[in-house]
Amino acid sequence: MPARILVAKPGLDGHDRGAKIVARALRDAGFEVVFTGIRQRVDAIVAAAVQEDVAVVGLSILSGAHLALTAKTIEGLRAAGAGDIAVVVGGTIPAADIPRLREAGAAAVFPTGTPLDVVVAQVRALTLEAPCESE
Amino acid sequence: MSDFDQTPSGIPVRPVYGPDDRRAEPPAPGRFPFTRGNYQNGYRDRLWTFRQYSGFGTPEESNRRYRYLLEQGGTGLSVALDLPTQCGYDSDDPEVTEEVGRVGVAIDTLKDAEILFDGIPLDQISTSFTINGTAAILLACYVAAAERAGVPRAKLTGTIQNDILKEYASRGTWIWPPEPSLRLIADTIEFCAEQVPRFNAISVAGAHFRDAGANAVQEMAFTLADGVTYCDTVLARGRMTIEEFAPQVSFFFYTHGDFFEEIAKYRAGRRRWATIVRERYGATSDKACMFRFGCVSGGASLFAPQAHNNIIRVAYEAMASALGGVQSMFTAAWDEPFALPSEESTTLALRTQQILAYETGIARVADPLGGSYFVEALTDETEARIIEIMADLERHGGMVRAIEDGYLQGLIADEAYRAHQEIEGGTRPVVGVNRFASDEPAPDLATYELDSGGRDRQLKRLAAVKADRDGAAVRARLAALGRAAEGTENLMGPLIDCVNAYCTVGEMVAALTAVWGEFQQPVVF
Repeated sequence: MPARILVAKPGLDGHDRGAKIVARALRDAGFEVVFTGIRQRVDAIVAAAVQEDVAVVGLSILSGAHLALTAKTIEGLRAAGAGDIAVVVGGTIPAADIPRLREAGAAAVFPTGTPLDVVVAQVRALTLEAPCESE
Repeated sequence: MSDFDQTPSGIPVRPVYGPDDRRAEPPAPGRFPFTRGNYQNGYRDRLWTFRQYSGFGTPEESNRRYRYLLEQGGTGLSVALDLPTQCGYDSDDPEVTEEVGRVGVAIDTLKDAEILFDGIPLDQISTSFTINGTAAILLACYVAAAERAGVPRAKLTGTIQNDILKEYASRGTWIWPPEPSLRLIADTIEFCAEQVPRFNAISVAGAHFRDAGANAVQEMAFTLADGVTYCDTVLARGRMTIEEFAPQVSFFFYTHGDFFEEIAKYRAGRRRWATIVRERYGATSDKACMFRFGCVSGGASLFAPQAHNNIIRVAYEAMASALGGVQSMFTAAWDEPFALPSEESTTLALRTQQILAYETGIARVADPLGGSYFVEALTDETEARIIEIMADLERHGGMVRAIEDGYLQGLIADEAYRAHQEIEGGTRPVVGVNRFASDEPAPDLATYELDSGGRDRQLKRLAAVKADRDGAAVRARLAALGRAAEGTENLMGPLIDCVNAYCTVGEMVAALTAVWGEFQQPVVF
């Protein structure tokens, strides 16, 4: 069964061009992709991730609020007992914030301009690490 | 396929054009259907407006930036609002804490609008608001703030974007479902035509279709289809004629990098809209048929690698916009792909269009490309394709239907994916990205940092306004707004009453949502 990925847009920013392109590239690469649509509350994203039993949550954030929204999502997943779900972040991310996102628990960060095959390869690596896949 | 065979929208292009490639000689500038521009003397009588999009943080900070831009020779304001204001949340809503003042200025109550425009002569400066879901509320704030500063509403000039259809399909700041949203837009159009006659009640915006991935031809076609939907809505109410409100409908686009395709897009769009207003609605006056538009040079056509290249991109795009006959222009700053622009990069962007306007001689002659074999042929072909796309949308059941079932979003997503693959695959050349790429590190930017104290000041002011206002008046006026929303009366009066009682944006939105409900987005990718 292909691994499931949740592509999510937290916060109020409606720029979903990148999220949709990544969602489609992941689907073309064989993943089962769920896209939340825009303007999702973090608790709704966490609930969707748990309900859909995804291996990876990909957050797309262009508003500049990536640090807080990523941290909130990771905390929410842990609190829901789903800390094994990897969280990756893409969007308008200044280079200086990449280590900060990693410290907050992001498994990978894809700033604007990251080639799609890099995104696909890293997400694939994460799904292979995920415990639910090795069972 | 070589780079030379077709434009990015897929229009085939031959190496040479001659007299047989044009459909017919277009009439002179200033003559219907305005292919060659709206004005007989082009920019000689009136240059385009230099309008730099700006606004961030608190009303005080934005007010300082506006005064600075006006001192530097800016001739109009363009107000960027933060996402909570655009989506109808107050700054003290816990859901939106992180986004207060982030991508624009926060407006919670009339108090903020009074500070934002303090000391700016609103009877002389035109103001454009990029606001949609809450456009009617912000218009009410602007009218009320101006009147308190002694400027009557009849003297106000400017634009609210107020184009909800493209929000559903591409930009995302929707609140209510299409039907009540269209009613509110029709209310603002009627209100402006009657009481704020120099203010454009709607700027039908293709720009966001474009930034979401649509190509140039789609951008124009989708935008004109939206324009038709708005005109149909107003006319169906039977309170106004096309002659009364069409002169206050304007348009807004992105100019991207393919020089002649962009010029042809504007020439074709101008002709198509004039033809629609005359043939579909029976308008006879030139004023009603004229297609007036603003544009942004930049956006998704700018790239992060070798970021200074963006200065050159914006300059060419600005030139294409002027040759296309633009009425107002925003030139984006080169550092836009990274962060909010600095004062320095914003100033350079303004200088880019000032040099274009005053040094290059471009403003001397109306439509200098008119009659060019190639430009006229490309204009004809672009218009033919616009007609085709609009017909397809009509067959699908119209724009509202195409948005509700995700058809339009699907068309845009397809094109975005295609463009992305062409750039990654190198078949669409981008210097610094897939041609002449280098390992040049990202520039060391002194970009604007959000002042964390700003949000605290905003919250403090909101709390003070709430403490000072007359609570009974607030409740009464919000209740009156809700009752009006249940009926069919124009909502601008009740909204201005609410604003003057210092109701918050979030409170007014909640009163309307209680009656109208929320939009349910289709998820398409």
